[in-house]
Formats: sequence, structure tokens, C-alpha cells
Amino acid sequence: MNAPARALKPKDYASDQEVRWCAGCGDYAVLKAVERVLAEIGADPAGTVFVSGIGCAARFPYYVATYGFHGIHGRAPAIATGVKLANPELDVWVIGGDGDMLSIGATHLAHTLRRNPDLTLLLFNNEVYGLTKGQLSPTAPPGSRTPTSPLGSVESPLSACRFALAAGARFVARGIDTQKDLTGILRAAHDHPGTGFVEILQNCIVYNDGAFAAITERATAAEHQIHPVHGEPLLFGAARDKGLRLAADGSGLEVIEIGADGAGLEEVIRFDRTNLALATMLASLEPPLPVAIGVLYDNPAPVSYERALRAQEEAERARIGEADLGAMLRQGPVWMVTA
Amino acid sequence: MAVVDKVEGETGEEAGLRQPLETAVVRFAGDSGDGVQLTGSLFTLSTALAHHDLATFPDFPAEIRAPAGTTYGVSAFQIHFGGREIRTIGDRPDVLVALNPAALKVNLGDLRPGTVVILDVGSFTERNLRKAGFTEDPREDGSLDPFRVVALDISGLTRRAVADTGLTSREQLRCKNFFALGLVFWMFDRELGPVIEWTRQKFGRKPALCEANIAALKAGHALGETAELPQLPAFQVPPASIAPGLYRAVTGSEALAFGLLDGARKAGLQLTFCSYPITPASPLLHVLARLRGYGVTTFQAEDEIAAVCAAIGASYAGALGVTSSSGPGISLKSEAIGLAVMTELPLVIVNTQRAGPSTGMPTKTEQSDLLQALYGRNGDAPIVVLAAASPADCFTMAREAVRIAVGHMTPVMLLSDGFLANAAEPWKIPDLDTLPAFPVRFRTDPEGFAPYARDERLVRPWVRPGTPGLQHRIGGLEKQHETGEVSYDPENHQRMTDLRWNKVLAVAEDIPEQTLEQGDPGDRVCVVGWGSTYGPISRAVTTRRRRGEKVAHLHLRHLWPLPRNLGRLLSGFEKILVPEMNKGQLVHLLRSQYLVPAMGLSKVSGRPFAVAELEQALDRLSEERP
Repeated sequence: MNAPARALKPKDYASDQEVRWCAGCGDYAVLKAVERVLAEIGADPAGTVFVSGIGCAARFPYYVATYGFHGIHGRAPAIATGVKLANPELDVWVIGGDGDMLSIGATHLAHTLRRNPDLTLLLFNNEVYGLTKGQLSPTAPPGSRTPTSPLGSVESPLSACRFALAAGARFVARGIDTQKDLTGILRAAHDHPGTGFVEILQNCIVYNDGAFAAITERATAAEHQIHPVHGEPLLFGAARDKGLRLAADGSGLEVIEIGADGAGLEEVIRFDRTNLALATMLASLEPPLPVAIGVLYDNPAPVSYERALRAQEEAERARIGEADLGAMLRQGPVWMVTA
Repeated sequence: MAVVDKVEGETGEEAGLRQPLETAVVRFAGDSGDGVQLTGSLFTLSTALAHHDLATFPDFPAEIRAPAGTTYGVSAFQIHFGGREIRTIGDRPDVLVALNPAALKVNLGDLRPGTVVILDVGSFTERNLRKAGFTEDPREDGSLDPFRVVALDISGLTRRAVADTGLTSREQLRCKNFFALGLVFWMFDRELGPVIEWTRQKFGRKPALCEANIAALKAGHALGETAELPQLPAFQVPPASIAPGLYRAVTGSEALAFGLLDGARKAGLQLTFCSYPITPASPLLHVLARLRGYGVTTFQAEDEIAAVCAAIGASYAGALGVTSSSGPGISLKSEAIGLAVMTELPLVIVNTQRAGPSTGMPTKTEQSDLLQALYGRNGDAPIVVLAAASPADCFTMAREAVRIAVGHMTPVMLLSDGFLANAAEPWKIPDLDTLPAFPVRFRTDPEGFAPYARDERLVRPWVRPGTPGLQHRIGGLEKQHETGEVSYDPENHQRMTDLRWNKVLAVAEDIPEQTLEQGDPGDRVCVVGWGSTYGPISRAVTTRRRRGEKVAHLHLRHLWPLPRNLGRLLSGFEKILVPEMNKGQLVHLLRSQYLVPAMGLSKVSGRPFAVAELEQALDRLSEERP
């Protein structure tokens, strides 16, 4: 692939298409963050492919000046897997929403994560069906009133990050659409040599405005979010005076106030991004506990799926040596008929 | 009937003792644990080495380990071989080997008077008879009187033959298929050497079992030679006149796999084969998964939808995406096939059809997905539809599917079926280097590029992502003519729908004109077939023509678009008979396309047409003569 002649800027990765999301949609912020990451990593637009399913988020590929494939509902991870099988050199991003990836396409998400091809996979979670006008999402909280649940949902929601960890993802992160460091999270997901999974809490201004306000409200965000840093104690709060420790009954994480009740910093767990059990506990935190934002798990596999397949195929080719298809057909029981 | 009268004036000891047969049909049947399929494949190898033409078909139960002794646990293998061209697996067996009462029970209805029935009476215990559903012992109630019954305690004889091999009693009994095989080898004057050699290769890691099987084989053969059983006939079948060359046996699944591989090579592409296990399509994935050193990446997807979507992704990325399934799985793939229609990407979809609807009868054959292939998608979503006519033809048609898919940027569905997939026939191994190539030329020039611009055949360019300067976006939303941008413009949708339709119709200019397999355009009757009915139709028409009847055989391999001269060709016949293993799908298509008075002949029993059934239909047609 030819390197671009000059360093590209974020706006160079915008396509000539008019962006058609609602004014104020969280998707705009994510698009900008992705463009910034593409510029940061010096992505070759010709060597980059955006693949999506169906939904508001899935319009994403039209707005990026790379190769793009707008698929069918839920199937983007499968299509992207096929792209990587055919050409492991391509830098492939997969974009979808909570309906796309956790409802109709949840199977593909699970199996793609366990196979671990080298993809960057962004799940825009707005806890509602936007494109079809506001129906109940698999991530919506109990009691959600929507056109399809006018009496309030009686269902239990899926947690995207816990789903990903359970499926065997080797990289799991959570970000917020308007978060300043979304770029850093996306960059880390992209740099991960396997499937980099990022759940992005994304505000739907029309059908589910303020769904994440309790977490994202600027005045109180420091109290309601925790940003794990590898090797550092799990602290949060404006004064960084609160921490997480393992509850004495082993049921999960609990909050302690440093200095209060004789609790000291040494009781706070140090974050290790390769610790699956800890990642699962962090992914499970819900208000009133602080919601974990950032890279929750990053534990690369030795080799990605498509590279492992290629390695097997190369070994097979080496084993059979010069044998071509014609020679293979003559292996096994054959017989000669003479005139 | 395959048995011919004894030829007078034969000289020589063997010829004098052995009854000449032009062709023979042998069916091995037993419990699914009796090794019937292995017995059948060894007999096939020996038959090929004896220079007979042949066709085989395994008939195994859906249950992997059905309860022993039951009728639904019976596994069978039929081989038709002889001194002339063999086109079918044979309507009825001349020799039945039944290794237990259940095997006799399920096959009784297929026997005709005089059939040689070899029974392992060692297995005819009261318990086994009851499990097979016999209220009385069929050996004693007269129901076997019309047949030449050879009642032998094969179980006991096998045990004695392998007593010194150190096997347990249970293991000894598992050699009884080799004993029966040895006996049948003697009946047909076969050499034991090649099969012994093959057995040593196959069972080399288990020397005791290997030697026991060989001992049982030899004992069965020796019994035939020395026991002078009055009921046990010896046959002499002449070698067939076969075109010289190097041969191997292929099933339809194997031939299809080889054809896809050669097709991809001739297109200059890596093959990306994405599938999900389903009966009877899985063997195709099995064969290709073993050939990953020969230019194929195989992907066992999490479901049918992922399989087709991954194949589409692979084609988008510049490989040849192929997916494979059977009817229920094809239903699941429908939406994605529509995506490939909209994105105008090459995609080969193999449907190994089985008896439906729904789960139907997974191990039984049918050809009832033709209308699904033609029309089974939302919207006007035309694709190319092909069908293979025989196991070996699967190779040719797989190459053809690849050629059309990459040459016309279109999905192509290739129809096979459970019969073709599992049936085997001798295949003259082609010299691959002499087969035509159809190299793909990817678009690389940014000058004047538009993703949905078309050439004179209405084909859009294929661009590999990674190509500088040609970045573009495609998807399932309606495309603006030429630019490929999303469009809701009413006139554009009309135009694009017409273009997609006409693009597929234009494939008719790139396929051969239809010819007749047998007969002439001036004949009175034309039998029109497609798919695996080729063999029985061909044999029935040959028989009729030898009697001077004006019957032609036309076999369609290109089902959409239809060959450009087909309407003209059909209009010359007074009567058109369309035998199909469905309720009349091709006949529906032909009548609607050409307004010809074609008549259907439907069979949906899960079994192929018998030649006799087709001849009866032709008789009825003759009676209608004014």
C-alpha cells in the first residue's frame, strides 16, 4: 500500500457526503474522534475499510473517505471477518449500535470476539432504537417506556462490556461520545493486535436524551465515573479521595473513602489491565457506584485469527511443496484405463 | 432387467461356470455399526480396477448411532456396474447382502423375483427379528420364496475365521462385513490383492484388526470357491469400453470442491469458502478444509448468515467468496444474497438440496429449491442459477459458477442435491492446465472511475480495497446509477432495478446454446430434465430410442438465465415431459417463459427416479397419441 504523500489532517478523512444524523446527535462527536485517530496513526485511506450493519451508527462508513461497506442488520462483524480472511493487510473498523450488535447480531459479536481477528469494533450504545423511531433496546434499563413497551420494560438489559468479556474479548473499553479522551481509548483499541472492542455511551437526542446524564453531568462526573489506569490504584472523585476495594464477602467491588474509617490507600486495588476477573467487576459497576470508563481489559493473544489461519496455510503449502492441484487429484486410489 | 441369458457356446472353465451379466446392481445393507459404507467403497474400488463403468450411492440413516437392529438404523450402499456406460445407480438390486433382519425388512420391497439374497442368519435371533418388526421368521413364512436365498451364518463363520487374531468376541463380529465382501468378490470373480493392500494402508495402525479383516475377507472368498452352495451364483460381467486415461472415483461433493478450487485458480483469486455444517452439504466444507494448502481459506462460521456475510466480505476484499448450505440454510442466507445483488459482487452459493420443507428429511434427496433459487429473496433480486447433472459434472459446473460470478459481478447459485453430493462415479482426471482460464482484471485506474459505471455487458468494475485513489462506499441501500451513492430517486430506482435484471439476462450471451443430449429437434417427445435426474432420464430415453421411438432428452445446466435458443428448441416438439423431484418447479418456469404445453412428472419420495418410472410415464404419453 502506498503511503500518503503528505501527513493527513482529521478533516482529510471526511468524505464528500453530507452527514445526515440529527443535529446534536452523539455520533458527530464519535466521527470527529475517529477522524482524529486516523490522522494520529497516519492511516492510509486506501488501506482502511469501515464496515457497518444497519442503524443510525451504521451510516458511519459513508462519512469517512476510506473504503466502506454498509451491510445488513447485525452482520457487520461477519462481513468484516470475511474482509480480513481475504486480506489481512487491511485496517478494518466495524461500526454498529446496540440493536445491531447486541440484539439481531449478538451472535456475530460474540463469535467475532472469541475468534479475535484484528479489527477495531465500535459499539455505539444509546439504549434505544433510533432509526426505527424509539423502540426498546436490549441495553435499555428496566421500566423503559417506548412505543413497544408503553407499560414499561420488564426485561433485564445486557451489559455490552460484560458480554464482550464473557465472549472472550482480549480488549474491552468503554468510552463516552463527548469525552475528551475518547481518542485515546479508540487509539488503544486500534493498536491492540486483535479485536479491539469499545462500547461508546452515545446520547440519542431525539429518542433517549439524557440517558447517561447521571454519569456524564459535568458537575458530578468525577464522582460518578472511575477511569482505571494500568498499575495505579482505582481512585475516583474530584479530590481522588475515594477508591475501590474487594468487598469482604467477595461479591464485587465496594467504595471506600480514603482516610475515613481508618481506610488507607493500601486497601485500594491496583488496576491491572490483564486481569480478567477485575475487568469483569469493573464492567459490572453501575450507579450509584462509579461507572468505569476507559480501557478495562487489554490482554493481547499471541496472534490474531486471520494471521493464525494464514500461518496454517503457509505451513500446509510448505508441507505439500511443489504439489499442485493436478497432482493432488492423482493421489489416492486411481486406475489407468488403456486403449 | 440387467440379467441376460446365458450365452451359448462359451468355452473355458470360468465362462462355463459363470453366468454372464451385462450389468449388475449389488446392495449391501446392515446395521449402521456393521461397516456397510466401508464395504461398499472397497467393492467400488475393486469394480473400478476390473474396468467396469459404475455408479454408487450410499443410503445411511439420519441417526449417527441408531439403536442396533432397528429398521431406522439400517445403512445401505448400492453399486451399479457393468460392461456398458452406467448412468444410474440401478432401479433394483440383483444381489442384496443383508447383515441383519432389519436390513432385509427395509429392502424387501425393492426386490424382484430371482434376486439373490445373502442373509447372515447368525443375526436372525428372535430378538433381532422382533426389533426389525417381523412377527414371523421370514425364512419360514414363505415370503422369501420368490428369491434365491443364500442363508449363511456369516457371524459364526467370521468368528471362526478370525478366532486366532487376538480380538475380543465383539471385535471379531465387526469383521463380518469383510467376510461378506469376500463372498461377493468370489461371485463377481474379483482379485483380492488390491483390496488387501488398501486394507493394510487403512488399518495399518491397528495390526490385529487389519489382519482379522483380511482373514475374514479371504474366508468369505474361500467359502464361495469351495462350498458349492447351490443357491450362490457366480457371475461374469464384461469390462466396459471406457475412454483411456487415468481415473479416480469422485462424489459430487469432491468434484464440486475441486471445481471451485480450479475455478478460483483460473480466475487468479484466493478462494474463501465460508460455511456452516448442515446435512447433506457439510462434506464440501470437509473436503476443502483438508485442502488449505491449495489456495483455499475455509471458515466455519457461527451460523448460515455469518457464512454468507463473510463470503460477501471476502469478495468485497478481492477474493472469491463462496458459501454453501442446504435448503434451510439457504433460507437463512436470503437477505444477504440480496445484499450481494445490490452491491453487485461475485458470490457463489452452493445449495446441496434435500427433502423439505422445514427440516424435512435431511439425508434424503430432492430438487425442490429451484423456485427458491430463482425468486427466494425480497425485492426484484435476480441471480444466476446453475445445476449440476452428475457427480463428475459438479466439477464442470463449479468452474462455470466461478466463471460467471467473476465475469459478471453477480451472485451465482449452483444447485446440487443429496444424491449428487454422496453418489460416486469414475472420473477421468482432467489435465487442469488445458482447461480455460478466466483471469479477473481488477480496476486500478482512478481516471474516470465510478463504482457503478458499467461496461457493454452492464458489468460494474471490481475494486480491491487497498487500491490507491479508488476509495468508495457501497452497501445495501439503493445506488445512484454510476456514482453508487445512496439514492431514493424514483426514476433511478426503476432504472437500477431494470439494470440489475438485464445484467443477469445478459449472461445468456455468455453461455452455450442449449443442445440435446439425445435425439433430434424433429422428434415427437422431449424429456426435459435438470440436476441429478440426468442418469435415469438418459437411460430411459436410450432404451426408447433403441426401440425406434422419437424421444429426445434435453438437460438444463443453466436455469437462469435460460439458454437463448431454448424457446425455439422446445417449440419444435409435440410433447414435453419434465420429470422433477419436486411438485413441478421447472415445468412452471418453462410454461411461464415459453407458453409451451409442458407436462410435469413429480416424485418426492426422497429417492431418485427409477428408470422404470420414467418409461411408464413415456408409455402414458404414447397412449395419449390421437
